[in-house]
Amino acid sequence: MSNQQTAAGPATESETAADADTILEVEGLEKRFGGIVAVDGTSFSVERGTITGLIGPNGAGKSTTFNCITGVHKPDDGSVVFDGTDITGQPPEKIANHGLVRTFQIARELPEMTVLENMMLGPKNQLGEDLWRSVLPGARRTVIEQEKTLRQQAWETLEFFEIDHLAEEYAGTLSGGQRKLLDLARAQSTDPEMLLLDEPMAGVNPSLEKKLLDRVHDLKQQGYSFLLVEHDMDVIMQHCERVIVLHQGAVLAEGAPKEIRSNEAVIEAYLGGDV
Amino acid sequence: MSITGLQTRLRDLSIQEAFGLALAVGVVILTVDLVRLVAVGELAFDRLLSLLWNGFVDSLYIGLAAIGLSMTYSILRFANFSHGDLITVGAFSGWTVAYLIGGIGAAGFGSRLLLDADGGASARELGMNVVGSPLAILLGLVAAAVLTVLIALAVDRLVYKKLRRAGGITLLIASVGVALTLRYLIAIVYTQDARGLVASAPVWEPAWLPVGPINLHELTLVGAALALIIGVHLLLQYTKLGKSMRAMSDNRDLALVTGISTERVITATWIIGAGLAGVAGYLIVLDRSQITINLGWFLLLLVFAAVILGGIGSIYGALAGSLVIGTTINLSLVWLPSDLNEVAAFTLMILVLLIKPEGLFAGVETA
Amino acid sequence: MTDRRLGGLSERLEAGRQRLDELPRWKADLVVLLGAVGLTYLVFGVVGLLSGVSTNEITGFLYTVTFFGAVFGLLTLALNLHWGYTGLFNIGVAGFMAVGVYTMAVLTADPTGSPAGFGLPIPIGVVGGVLAAAAVGAVIALPALRVRADYFAIVTLGFSEIVRLSITSGSLRQIEFGDTVYGTGGGSGIRYTPVDSVVPWLLDLPGIGVAGDTLYGIAAAGGVSQSVVNRLLYALVLIAFVVVCYLSLQRIARSPFGRILKAIREDEIVARSLGKNTQLAKIKVFALGCGLMGLAGILWIGSRSLATPESFMPIVTFYIFVALIIGGAGSNTGSVAGAFVFAAFLWEGPRFLRTILRANLDTRSPPTIYDAGVDLLAADPMPLVGYFIGSLDELRWVLIGVVLVVLMIYRPNGLFGDRKEIAAAVDLSNRGGGSNE
Repeated sequence: MSNQQTAAGPATESETAADADTILEVEGLEKRFGGIVAVDGTSFSVERGTITGLIGPNGAGKSTTFNCITGVHKPDDGSVVFDGTDITGQPPEKIANHGLVRTFQIARELPEMTVLENMMLGPKNQLGEDLWRSVLPGARRTVIEQEKTLRQQAWETLEFFEIDHLAEEYAGTLSGGQRKLLDLARAQSTDPEMLLLDEPMAGVNPSLEKKLLDRVHDLKQQGYSFLLVEHDMDVIMQHCERVIVLHQGAVLAEGAPKEIRSNEAVIEAYLGGDV
Repeated sequence: MSITGLQTRLRDLSIQEAFGLALAVGVVILTVDLVRLVAVGELAFDRLLSLLWNGFVDSLYIGLAAIGLSMTYSILRFANFSHGDLITVGAFSGWTVAYLIGGIGAAGFGSRLLLDADGGASARELGMNVVGSPLAILLGLVAAAVLTVLIALAVDRLVYKKLRRAGGITLLIASVGVALTLRYLIAIVYTQDARGLVASAPVWEPAWLPVGPINLHELTLVGAALALIIGVHLLLQYTKLGKSMRAMSDNRDLALVTGISTERVITATWIIGAGLAGVAGYLIVLDRSQITINLGWFLLLLVFAAVILGGIGSIYGALAGSLVIGTTINLSLVWLPSDLNEVAAFTLMILVLLIKPEGLFAGVETA
Repeated sequence: MTDRRLGGLSERLEAGRQRLDELPRWKADLVVLLGAVGLTYLVFGVVGLLSGVSTNEITGFLYTVTFFGAVFGLLTLALNLHWGYTGLFNIGVAGFMAVGVYTMAVLTADPTGSPAGFGLPIPIGVVGGVLAAAAVGAVIALPALRVRADYFAIVTLGFSEIVRLSITSGSLRQIEFGDTVYGTGGGSGIRYTPVDSVVPWLLDLPGIGVAGDTLYGIAAAGGVSQSVVNRLLYALVLIAFVVVCYLSLQRIARSPFGRILKAIREDEIVARSLGKNTQLAKIKVFALGCGLMGLAGILWIGSRSLATPESFMPIVTFYIFVALIIGGAGSNTGSVAGAFVFAAFLWEGPRFLRTILRANLDTRSPPTIYDAGVDLLAADPMPLVGYFIGSLDELRWVLIGVVLVVLMIYRPNGLFGDRKEIAAAVDLSNRGGGSNE
């Protein structure tokens, strides 16, 4: 990983997409809500197979940036290029099908569905998602076959995340941390290229936190790329290879964790805070 | 925005915006056509004025009902499908009192009590109009409000209070149950026969008035409705109760934290909402004379249309929506036959929702 | 001696319950459903006979209960698909029924009648009606994609009223097309061949004709007329439709598509963020449900020979809601069960009660409740009872209203709504063994 950038004061320009290792490229992203400018010309890139952190004080525009990237909001200006494809302003399902999947800040488990049902929802290209194939006698057999395979994978994933004992519970009865694990497991079951995790540690107790992070590293070894939003600085410093700092809707600094920690502008942005 | 930005915007013209443009163009065309019809003489200016007046009158009683419905929506958090039947309750209870008082001596007690269910108390015999029995009619109006409020409060204690924590759909369904119960209890007592309760309206035709004869019942309706609406406005803007209601409708949890007694506000909501609905029912019968058990239920969808058009949570939006709906059902008579005028109103509602799903005035900072 | 017999009985009940638990879920459901239906028939029959109601009337009641149970069952299944599964609050059911029925009426009515139709055979009319209802459903689903749930409910109600007002309107009553006068017939409606004439038509066919004649012969020997046989056969046709629709909908529910529907109900953004095309799913499911509503309408109203707007008042939609809520939204089994309970006890039951009362008490209904009240004060309660019996139709509505309120307060999930019905085509708890569904 030779892509070191020195952090220096105001936002630096992101590299051009000539670098084939870049999986996500955000350029000049802008989003306004009424009179408020939430995202103001954000530009950064994420490398394939890395864990990158996205931090910033409250109100810096992290969640909005996530939402603009993943199609929940339509950006007013700028571009988002994922794995070579322009996904700017596309609806969430299209973006997810390109391989860019996200989890949510407040875990959105589907409460009246069981954990297994949640997991079975994830995988792409399910034959049975076509209405008629589920009903017609001959076609249904192929659906059943696929369901068996998906069932197998779902159990394996649940075991991997160590929540298999909760498999038949309604997702709504899970604890906060367990829901976050489910969110991550479910997102991973879509077989994405890259995962955007929005505050995955919020509300999670320490032992579960370790489990989550272990899983993230395991997945990284398997080739997934990650972009994390986190407030917990220890997590950022210890697990991210690169950190991007947002402030007032724009990129303030980027670089290795150690550089960010000692960057004066960043410290000032946090008002002498907990970097 | 740069040129490329503008180009992108035009290309991205969403379906929503396209619809909005189409609707605006449609309204312009209709207005132009209206002017043309009047200019050419196909539409008498008198008739246009009378259509607009009728639209105004209709929007008043729709508005009275809409205020209550909008309040229930924003403070109690559900679509109250029994609101129409509160209108019906007001009509029946108010007119029963009017008949009991006004018909003394002219018809039997039983006939009057049951509003001529047995044919024994005809409106003409009783002289039941605003000039013939002003006291009875006035007392009936007051009774309509009071009795409807009492019934609404009783229903709240029996049913809705037990469901304070329940979701909007649960409450909606419960309110359907309440609606059916109220309506058919009235049907059992008063029978389902439609009948006329009010003798023909006296008219007032002073020489110096430019427009045609004025229907006194209509005038009563307009006067009473406007007075009540202005009263509600004053209440909401200048009293402590009004401020609490606005606070609760904006942000319930925050209001709770500041110590506003939610049960008191809820009681006030029912008093105002049901009272206005009851009065609306009474006045509608004063104007139309005909009363049936479905009076309020048939009106309910129009009232919903008005409230949604204006945007939930905004009383002034509800009033504006009522004006739009009332005008639409009357003005559409220029182009459509009379049995399709409601179709015009519902179609308008659906179109507006397609364009602005939150309603016209949603998000505006009002009561 | 009695203790041993009682002991034996409770043991047998226990054994029975265990056998029920061991059956796969759907078989257990079937047993419960059939048991409940059978029990209801038995109760009606026994009570009726004991209180002196004629066999003819009892059979008539049983037929009506079956008829409405089946028709409401189809409608409830459709509404459950929309609301119970996908969270789409559709209160315009009556409107979609009307589209189905009127399309069928126009397609099958006699070209020489007034208003005229196209004179096509019934099966084509039925298919046409269902397709029309589904197509309209697909269009109405479009606003669903952008407005919130309770506003969408109002949109569907508005649509239902637009349909009803349009078919009642005098202006669409007659539409001239060359020599023939088409149209909706306004308030008087359209005349056409009723769909239950399919039964005698089937029995007239060469191959089946022999079986048909035999059937009529046996019936005549037992004193049962041809028309009664036809009605019973039509009831069987209805039941067959219910069974087919129930099984198909169960398949849909237990599939990846069913999962998407549930996910839409729970949290649509999540479903989309996982890559599911929820917009398309909503349109498909809405169209399917509306087609089913059109079918149910055709089987119900279409079995008469006249379609009028009166049958499609918005209140019809609320019957179905009550039935669905009794059974529990989100469960197909619950839908059918709720529909049957509604048909038997809330719809026909009061009428049956009235027949029994009228057969046994001398009840003249006084003209008004006031008169009855006066009599009550004079220590004569009978006129009041008579009045209530006379107002049974209205009392039935009060009963339905009260049932709704009570259900919402005490059991909002209905009879079957608490069950865990998993949306998967295989048994998910089976970690990797056999192939049972």
